[in-house]
Amino acid sequence: MAAIIGASLSLVGSLFFLLSAIGLLRMPDAFNRMQAGTKATTLGSMLFLVGIGLMRPDFLGRALLLAGFIALTNPVSSNALARAAHGYRKRLGAKLAPDALAEDDEALAAAAVRDAAAGSQAPRVQEGRHVD
Amino acid sequence: MADAIFIAAVSLAALSLLLAGIRLAKGPWAIDRTVALDAMTIMASSLIVAFALLSGRRIYVDVALVYGLVGFAGVVALARYLEGGL
Repeated sequence: MAAIIGASLSLVGSLFFLLSAIGLLRMPDAFNRMQAGTKATTLGSMLFLVGIGLMRPDFLGRALLLAGFIALTNPVSSNALARAAHGYRKRLGAKLAPDALAEDDEALAAAAVRDAAAGSQAPRVQEGRHVD
Repeated sequence: MADAIFIAAVSLAALSLLLAGIRLAKGPWAIDRTVALDAMTIMASSLIVAFALLSGRRIYVDVALVYGLVGFAGVVALARYLEGGL
């Protein structure tokens, strides 16, 4: 019985894999492909691995470890990819209506200009983002 | 019964790996290829665990764990390179 439940969970997880692959193929630009390619694979891999762990209980610990690892690292790599794609957003043809990162950059640049105009004040300490 | 369902699940996962490989091959920009590579890494490590179950050898689960680590590091390194910070 546990084997059938585990195999069914694996089937649902591989359906999420298939959804994410179709999304990767059919979404219009890189940001939408990122949406399909990272979120759906996170859920799909967790279901797939828990299903395998239910089929073979001696794999369950390692499978849960791998699932937790994927749940921790996939948002990080998605964030790094989104920051990288933001630099190419004009060339990618992406429509980003609320672009908080660009607004943040403009605010930082305006603050730097204001400080330079103000003269030899003490340098402002930026909160939050690290500016190289 | 369970074996047939599991074989169908593995076939669907392999098909989705192939479809993501199409995006990796033809993606117009390097970012698209890297996104496809990220998805393929996750699918491939899940498929390695499935292969461990099918072949009955536990060592392949550790292989999948290490492959997930290395794939994550590779995707983050590629993304930082494309951003210009590396």
